[in-house]
Amino acid sequence: MTRNNALMDAIFRNVTRFFAFGVFSLLAAILVSLLIGSSLSIEKFGAAFLWNDNWDPVQEDFGALVPIYGTLVTSAIAMAIAIPVSFGIALFLTELSPPWLRRPLGTAIEMLAAIPSIIYGMWGLFVFAPLFQEHVQPLLIDSLGELPGIGALFQGPPMGIGMLTAGIILAVMVIPFITAVMRDVFDLVPPLLKESAYGLGATTWEVTWRVVLPYTKVGVIGGVMLGLGRALGETMAITFVIGNAHRLSASLLAPGNSIASALANEFTEAVGDLYTSALIELGLILFLITTVVLACSKLLLMQLAKQEGART
Amino acid sequence: MNAKLDASNRVYRFRRRVNAVMMALSAAALAFGLFWLAWIIATLLWEGAAALRPSLFTQPTPPPGGDGGLSNAILGSVLMAGVGTLIGTPVGILAGTYLAEYGRRGWLAPVTRFVNDVLLSAPSIVIGLFIYAVWVAQVGHFSGWAGALALSVIVIPVVVRTTDDMLRLVPNSLREAAVALGCPTWKMITLVSYRAARAGILTGVLLAVARISGETAPLLFTALNNQFTSTDMNAPMANLPVVIFQFAMSPYEDWQRLAWGGAALITLLVLAINIAARMLFSKKH
Amino acid sequence: MGTVQELDKPKLRVRDLDFYYGSFQALKKVSLDVAENQVTAFIGPSGCGKSTLLRTFNRMFELYPEQRATGEVVMDGENLLTSKRDVSLIRAKIGMVFQKATPFPMSIYDNIAFGVRLFERLPKGQMEERVEWALQKAALWEEVKDKLSQSGASLSGGQQQRLCIARGVAVKPQVLLLDEPCSALDPISTAKIEELIEELKNEYTVVIVTHNMQQAARISDYTAYMYLGDLVEFGETDQIFLKPKEQATEDYITGRFG
Repeated sequence: MTRNNALMDAIFRNVTRFFAFGVFSLLAAILVSLLIGSSLSIEKFGAAFLWNDNWDPVQEDFGALVPIYGTLVTSAIAMAIAIPVSFGIALFLTELSPPWLRRPLGTAIEMLAAIPSIIYGMWGLFVFAPLFQEHVQPLLIDSLGELPGIGALFQGPPMGIGMLTAGIILAVMVIPFITAVMRDVFDLVPPLLKESAYGLGATTWEVTWRVVLPYTKVGVIGGVMLGLGRALGETMAITFVIGNAHRLSASLLAPGNSIASALANEFTEAVGDLYTSALIELGLILFLITTVVLACSKLLLMQLAKQEGART
Repeated sequence: MNAKLDASNRVYRFRRRVNAVMMALSAAALAFGLFWLAWIIATLLWEGAAALRPSLFTQPTPPPGGDGGLSNAILGSVLMAGVGTLIGTPVGILAGTYLAEYGRRGWLAPVTRFVNDVLLSAPSIVIGLFIYAVWVAQVGHFSGWAGALALSVIVIPVVVRTTDDMLRLVPNSLREAAVALGCPTWKMITLVSYRAARAGILTGVLLAVARISGETAPLLFTALNNQFTSTDMNAPMANLPVVIFQFAMSPYEDWQRLAWGGAALITLLVLAINIAARMLFSKKH
Repeated sequence: MGTVQELDKPKLRVRDLDFYYGSFQALKKVSLDVAENQVTAFIGPSGCGKSTLLRTFNRMFELYPEQRATGEVVMDGENLLTSKRDVSLIRAKIGMVFQKATPFPMSIYDNIAFGVRLFERLPKGQMEERVEWALQKAALWEEVKDKLSQSGASLSGGQQQRLCIARGVAVKPQVLLLDEPCSALDPISTAKIEELIEELKNEYTVVIVTHNMQQAARISDYTAYMYLGDLVEFGETDQIFLKPKEQATEDYITGRFG
């Protein structure tokens, strides 16, 4: 009986360890498989792949600059919108909302994350983009487009789809992720600390901006990085609305391409090993960028948790 | 000289105004978020209602201009999501068990926890590429198995995370009580820890199912699509997300209508699972 | 406990104060006067309502929707509980220091200046004077004058608590509420803070909650003994400790309680 149990213990322990190791190796396996898949392209184009703005399947000349640019620009737009909005929502949910509304409102915001990416894409293409094209883009072109400097960002015909549209939809998609982290870290602030600030006569805004936010700074940045990681890798929604044009344009209203949408659009139709290999290299670049961003996010959140642990 | 502490204090009045503006902006941010949710759901209900007919569930996808439904895609989605969950759940639970129950010492548990969190948010299209490289490219053709496998890679980190979190919520006193009765570790985990964390782990599995039900990107290069009804997991397989993608991007209006029907179906299902999972979890806690 | 022992010139006049956490009543018809420029101590076993009573004075409980208070807390002829005035104006007149030191996540200087800036725009020089003045008051100046730009969290526990007192003093309130300010401190830091309280009462009305009876006896002029939400006995500290009228008070202060 005891011998049996000892044996079972050893088996159970090692089986769970085996699978834990499997999960651990998954990251490396993905990396290695993408490296092998893209070796042809890496050999052919070398580092120049990163700044070549050509993408010509006929001549078999491939460069990643356009999709990398599109990925970064759409994510930047998304972050510019999503960070303040998420902060506002988290502030509302933690400080302003009546307690009985907190849960339903929080759940509703989380539902934004549950809606599948493809739904955002379809809705963006058929509902949002036409309205945006008709009512908002002309306005942007006529007002901001006239300004020196940033005017270049808002020029060209209003097409509905494009990098700005993709960025806005992306923002809505990452808001729930950033909000969730901000809510969690705001809840970590000791009530006494907030009471001390209120006790001096500070307003809710001052308590949030000058006490809660500095206190949770590290975690908030972690949440923003998490949102960024999500935005960079988002595929289907972008594929619908970015326009899929392999062109480098300064204007945010112009169509472009992102790494993920290039993959979604072209991969199954790619003819020839080099074309496929170049696409896999795009995937590799995307994976490397998101992994670094997500790892930073995780490290920051762990640092906040450690601080918390040290304090209590 | 003390500042005058009443409503005429100018610094105070300025601050009050700033506060009011900021609080209004905060409420506006919430309204902004809810606005999109309401708009998207309203669109889906409106467009989907026109497409939700019994034939949606009974007939396979039609050629352009023909009459049909999404039955083959629904069947394929259920099959692949089912197999993906069946593969991913045990792997995830076992790995999560190691992290929570055995991982107090050594490097494997903390590092795996870290890697798992990165995988949790890794772009799903890259997961598709990964399965393409290790399976589709080796076998030589797209298949339902490959799709299911890609989905399982998405399920695993979700289940690992919730299992780990939920097991770590189980109070140590419960474990000590079991061990004090002479219970071996494996029985303590399977009989006591799992039971205490059951609702939480189930919630995690449900959330994983919800997540993969709508995943499109990883199926594009693995299961691909199939116009016909098929249960052969070794052949390309129709599935709702990819059909929606294809039909929505097509120029045919009847295809687009079917895409809206599928979109409404998936979204309602995913939202329902999410809410059910939350209710299940909050009942326990 | 019968009639209220009325003082000539109370700074705060509490009458028939009831307090509820949800449906639980934590204070029952409490009435007492807090003397101006004196130290008043609230003592009693934990859960007796002494901290709750303190937190009604600056309406801190309003941060939590399930908590409410009825009755009167009158300061300068105005019932604070029903005042239509913005609560932050009331709180600026009534400072508070908590069980645990709560330095804000900013520099020592900014910790002190934070509260001052809420109601006054001071030129740089005057603000520096004010910060020094407040730190002097809290007997912390000598220890921190060379590192004002360091984070408040870098100080020791006792220093942090004095920083919090300085922060409260800097806005020049009329009343200072101290909620077990020494409960997390070592004996030396505690002695420093007690000394400080003696000093502070020259200019401020001080109310202190403490679980330490010796501390109450050492520093307070008036003492209130509370039990299960009732004010059992209130009077001059010497009288409470030497000749308590109530048997319950005597049992508690002589350690025969429970």
